[in-house]
Amino acid sequence: MSEFILGIETSCDETAAAVLEKGCIIRSNVVASQVTLHAPYGGIVPELASRRHLENVLPVVIQALRQAEVQLPDLGAISVTAGPGLVGSLLVGTSMAKSLAYALGIPLVAVNHLEGHIRAIFLEHPELTYPYVALVVSGGHTHLYYVPEEYIYRLLGRTRDDAAGEAFDKVAKLLGLGYPGGPAIERAGAGGNPKAIAFPRSYSGNGSLDFSFSGLKTAVLYYLEGLGYKIQRSGETKFLPPELVADIAASFQQAIVEVLTRNVIKAAKAKKARLVILAGGVACNQLLRQHLRKGAEEEGLEVLFPSPSLCTDNAAMVAAAGYRRLLRGERAGLDLNASANLPLC
Amino acid sequence: MLILAIETSTLQGSVALMRDTGLISEYTLNIEATHSERLLPSIHRLLSDAGLKIGDPDGIAVALGPGSFTGLRIGLSTAKGLALASGKPVVGVPTLEAMAWNLPFCPYWICPILDARKKEVYCAIYRFHQDKLETIMGARSLSPQALLSLIREPTVFLGDGLVPYGCLLKEGLGDNALFAPLSKQGPSAANVAELGLWKLGRGEVVDPASLVPIYIRPSEAELKLGLRDKGG
Repeated sequence: MSEFILGIETSCDETAAAVLEKGCIIRSNVVASQVTLHAPYGGIVPELASRRHLENVLPVVIQALRQAEVQLPDLGAISVTAGPGLVGSLLVGTSMAKSLAYALGIPLVAVNHLEGHIRAIFLEHPELTYPYVALVVSGGHTHLYYVPEEYIYRLLGRTRDDAAGEAFDKVAKLLGLGYPGGPAIERAGAGGNPKAIAFPRSYSGNGSLDFSFSGLKTAVLYYLEGLGYKIQRSGETKFLPPELVADIAASFQQAIVEVLTRNVIKAAKAKKARLVILAGGVACNQLLRQHLRKGAEEEGLEVLFPSPSLCTDNAAMVAAAGYRRLLRGERAGLDLNASANLPLC
Repeated sequence: MLILAIETSTLQGSVALMRDTGLISEYTLNIEATHSERLLPSIHRLLSDAGLKIGDPDGIAVALGPGSFTGLRIGLSTAKGLALASGKPVVGVPTLEAMAWNLPFCPYWICPILDARKKEVYCAIYRFHQDKLETIMGARSLSPQALLSLIREPTVFLGDGLVPYGCLLKEGLGDNALFAPLSKQGPSAANVAELGLWKLGRGEVVDPASLVPIYIRPSEAELKLGLRDKGG
């Protein structure tokens, strides 16, 4: 196999392509974001995302090759996200990857998006050892895994309703902060008091490590209504004083970060894992990084998270995960299909 | 000149290989299965049965729709990948126009209709003048009732829109409603290939990067946002 692998990722609202050398050196990592396209809707519109992926996919692949200074015949393999995600979006990527691999006569490998997020850490820390506990938090996922060895993922907990990133988006919308909600809440909450409002910390009982964030969103809504504010039909609240927005954002963020941190550390202790990996778009959140690091240090655990550009959706992580699976002899056929709920196991 | 054609506008998926001297092979499968699973295996089978390789065609023709958004995106994304890898030119062929070529030299109006859901059909009206196809009404999305009101003379209907609305058309139009035989109902990649060959000959190639389907309709979300902005 030649030393270059092309990764393609289109599972949600980022069209991404990347070229890795020897499975670990990032030669290019191109992401075409659709944030401004979906912003007027306060969230991702699947049909619009699919349309934009189809327009972006070829220019993004070409740019990734160009930046990597790699020609098509130099590619040794192609790795593509096959799920989970928006199926219409995924299909643009899988169709492109399959036809490219077929016409170039090179192997194709299918990657689970969540494994991609977790494997992103290996691009910056190739010497990691097992076992570890990994939390993938993003707009679409809140999954807590125990990883005893390579290729084995045991799901310990997941959200029972909204993903953590989704909760950020919904609360940001309520506060009129716009989309995407993660960075908006973080900015707005920077000057606020995280202890101003005691929003509920929802923990599942019976030793479960599942998450639930819809109640937290509802608590913010009730809090605003309790103060006499009226939620507009657009889902926004008007005429909120900036200090109140700052306190709500800071308090909400504190609640969500405490719940995430508590379950991760509980999982690591239960599994006797010394290492915790934080991945996914929400892993960019500075409070979550600090809080988790502090909590882990108290328990003598090591915490690692990828650089922000490798936390949000990207194709370098897909190429990295695919490279390992290729070495193991895995191949995807021409009949590869996308799967919205592809399990990681 | 050898062309590979892809047609994924409806569940009737079809791929074809054609030279300017004639059709080499066409493979059509009308089943309830995603094009994602069957398109590339079909292309591979078509080529290998013909003793050809993916690098052999001089161009790629792809049906642009209207039709199933997902089906069209699978076809177009596949065509884009093949074009990038092979460096071969791509031509886009409108689906309803290619369907009209199921009935060449037909003296009547020809109206391909595809089920567009939401109680509408994608439709267009054409007529042949000897071997030239004239467009009487370009592709659009209409309720079957609205389409009925536009038909003033004997018209041959074809396409999967006849399954839900064939009876309604017959009741409304009587003898003016003619139905194509079942074997001439669906989109055919051989027609896409033939129209594609002509386009290729005229140099009407498209940049594969900017190739998009003929959606006809904006997305639901865009429509709702438009209504909200108008205060509706």
